[in-house]
Amino acid sequence: MLRVDCLRSVYSELENCLVVTIMGAVAAELQSLGHRPNFFYLQHAMGLASSTGLGLALCLPEQRVIVFDGDGSLLMNLGSLSTMARYRPRKLLHVVFDNESLLSVGGFPTATSTGTDLEGIARSSGIPRVTTVRTVESFKAAVTGAMQGSDLTSIIAKVEAKGPAAYVTDLSLLENRFQFRRHIQSLKTR
Amino acid sequence: MPVSASNSKLIYDALKECDIRLVSALPETWLVHLIRLAEEDPEMILVRLAKEEEAVGISAGAHFAGVKSAMLMQNHGFLASINGIVSFAHLYKIPLLMLISYRGSLGERDPWQTQGGNVTEPVLQALRIPYFFLDASDTVRKRIRQAQTLAESSLQPVALLLTRDLMWEE
Repeated sequence: MLRVDCLRSVYSELENCLVVTIMGAVAAELQSLGHRPNFFYLQHAMGLASSTGLGLALCLPEQRVIVFDGDGSLLMNLGSLSTMARYRPRKLLHVVFDNESLLSVGGFPTATSTGTDLEGIARSSGIPRVTTVRTVESFKAAVTGAMQGSDLTSIIAKVEAKGPAAYVTDLSLLENRFQFRRHIQSLKTR
Repeated sequence: MPVSASNSKLIYDALKECDIRLVSALPETWLVHLIRLAEEDPEMILVRLAKEEEAVGISAGAHFAGVKSAMLMQNHGFLASINGIVSFAHLYKIPLLMLISYRGSLGERDPWQTQGGNVTEPVLQALRIPYFFLDASDTVRKRIRQAQTLAESSLQPVALLLTRDLMWEE
């Protein structure tokens, strides 16, 4: 299963969500499908994408928030799972693309390649709904199901350690950040 | 407990006057009253953290959502947050109001706090984070308001160091 195929399978569902991604392949591949003002790409600060999604979800409880995380990033901030579970925002969806690799720095294997089980960690941290998927069809079904549901969900998507040819895009970090905030503020006045 | 309840209340009321609606915290002795005040306040979102660096992401999310936030942490928690501050708050110009208890400085009795006390200001300086002291009850309200204003206008982290003189009653 390729991450970009997963993203493509749910791209049309993301229109009315606030989307936060990690750096590297996830950011580049989502942008390659078409940037939208409701997408924020955290191009560094590994581990904090889920915290950012939590901050958004706590402040905007009626808003659907999706975080596209990765195994390398999540392993740097496992405590975030316990904090998310503690406050349990009902409309926060936490997707983890687990390619068992720190792909963008050269493909070094992470601990999920030697048995660390992110589904188990998420479940034991108290995330109420956790599932692991291995096909694009089951990924799409899990994401759309979580978006129709009403509880904090983590989806671990086991994907191949394959990424795009390049990671830098023509969207500057600050342009993305200001556009994202302005988009959210515009939702309040509608 | 000799942590000053009255000065903690002053700090909390000043945060409220700045329209702070989310407070993230990792408990430490000097912060107990502040955290309790946040917990008892139905208007405040309190996020208890596993590690202080999470607060950078949470405050960034709050900023995107249009909500003003503050971070309560010990100086060792600040030290544990540095990559988040540099690679998120500085890189993406995120305003952060950081209230940092300044342990390991004048009058510190706990040996384990002392190294962090030595490096807190040099690290703030190295990171080019504007920092100011909360050291007297009569200036708390004004300094918090000014620090919050500066963080919002400059779109960067601003630190307030909570000192023993303010937080501790012997």
